[in-house]
Amino acid sequence: METDDLIKALAADARRSRLSTPAAWSGAVLAAVAVAGIVFFSLLGARPDIVGAAQSFRFLFKFVVTIALAASAFGPLTMLSRPDADARALMARLAIAPALLAAGIIAELTISAPDTWSTKLVGTNSLVCVTFIPLIGIGPLALLLLALRHGAPSQPTLAGAMAGLTAGGVAATFYAAHCTDDSPLFVATWYTIAIAVLTALGALTSRRFVHW
Amino acid sequence: MSGADDSELARLFRVALEGDERAYGDFLRGTADLIRGWAHRRTVAGLDPEDIVQETLLAIHVKRHTWRRDGPVAPWLYAIARHKLVDALRRQGRHPRVDIGEVEDRIAAEEPEAARDWEIGRALETLTPGQRSVVTAISVEGRTISEAARSLDMNETAVRVALHRGLTAIAKRFGRD
Repeated sequence: METDDLIKALAADARRSRLSTPAAWSGAVLAAVAVAGIVFFSLLGARPDIVGAAQSFRFLFKFVVTIALAASAFGPLTMLSRPDADARALMARLAIAPALLAAGIIAELTISAPDTWSTKLVGTNSLVCVTFIPLIGIGPLALLLLALRHGAPSQPTLAGAMAGLTAGGVAATFYAAHCTDDSPLFVATWYTIAIAVLTALGALTSRRFVHW
Repeated sequence: MSGADDSELARLFRVALEGDERAYGDFLRGTADLIRGWAHRRTVAGLDPEDIVQETLLAIHVKRHTWRRDGPVAPWLYAIARHKLVDALRRQGRHPRVDIGEVEDRIAAEEPEAARDWEIGRALETLTPGQRSVVTAISVEGRTISEAARSLDMNETAVRVALHRGLTAIAKRFGRD
């Protein structure tokens, strides 16, 4: 087929357009949060003392970090779904969540006695944490990769990693409502491992899955 | 490309995205010229630049919702062309279609245009008979949607659906054996 003939066929198909990129991302995010919520409430649920915990700065600080992570990874993710994306400026925002966490760690080390540090770091839920954050996040990751496939990423591995970080942030936000280990030392260790699992999964599966 | 060319192409594309077939045709022809020049400077032995042009046009078509309507169009077009060229080079590396000797012979012989066996022909063959007859009627035979509907004894909506699905399938299978 000659190129001019191909163009005739493409032009005749002008009216049937696909879902816009912003609409696809809005849908994916709503569905991702819904799926994470459903998995969280059916498998774990919030901790029983959540009303009292909500008075504690350490408890609330977990949400500051996890929501900051999800929000800062989502920007580069949506941008990377376009082929001509230059996400470098947005990627700088990825430093926000680690910086907040580092500040939290410094505060924790300053106000608590050194002999409590290791107990706080090890916590009581480390295994639950590294199991359930990936479990809650896997559905959201799949939905975000689906939206990525609707787009046209020219850096699929990086985009997949951003999908994993975003899904990890969403999953960790839900998980934080369950977990009774509120120290930034615990969050920095176990949440990081769990979110890294999702990030690696996103990065490794993305190229094949979103191929266009 | 100058800024004026880009804004004209962007204007055509914006109108095309509202469903204007004539503007879309003009946009695609302008785009094909740009990509053709670009591809000729970059393809290697064994890759036909026109395959890259056609594969890029198909990708532009199925991914046109990823263009930001308020932005320039050329960086977006070239990003898609680059992605498709890299993909084609990767495939070529895995399954070389021709060896060097053959390429030298071909350069010496300067094959006529009509004898070229383009990738798109192979993708077209994988369509269902219904999709293939619709795509062929509108492309090679140059019929309009309504003419194709009459000659194939289908209604226009069915022709549009078959065309859309056929083109999406071609874009997906292009270059894959």
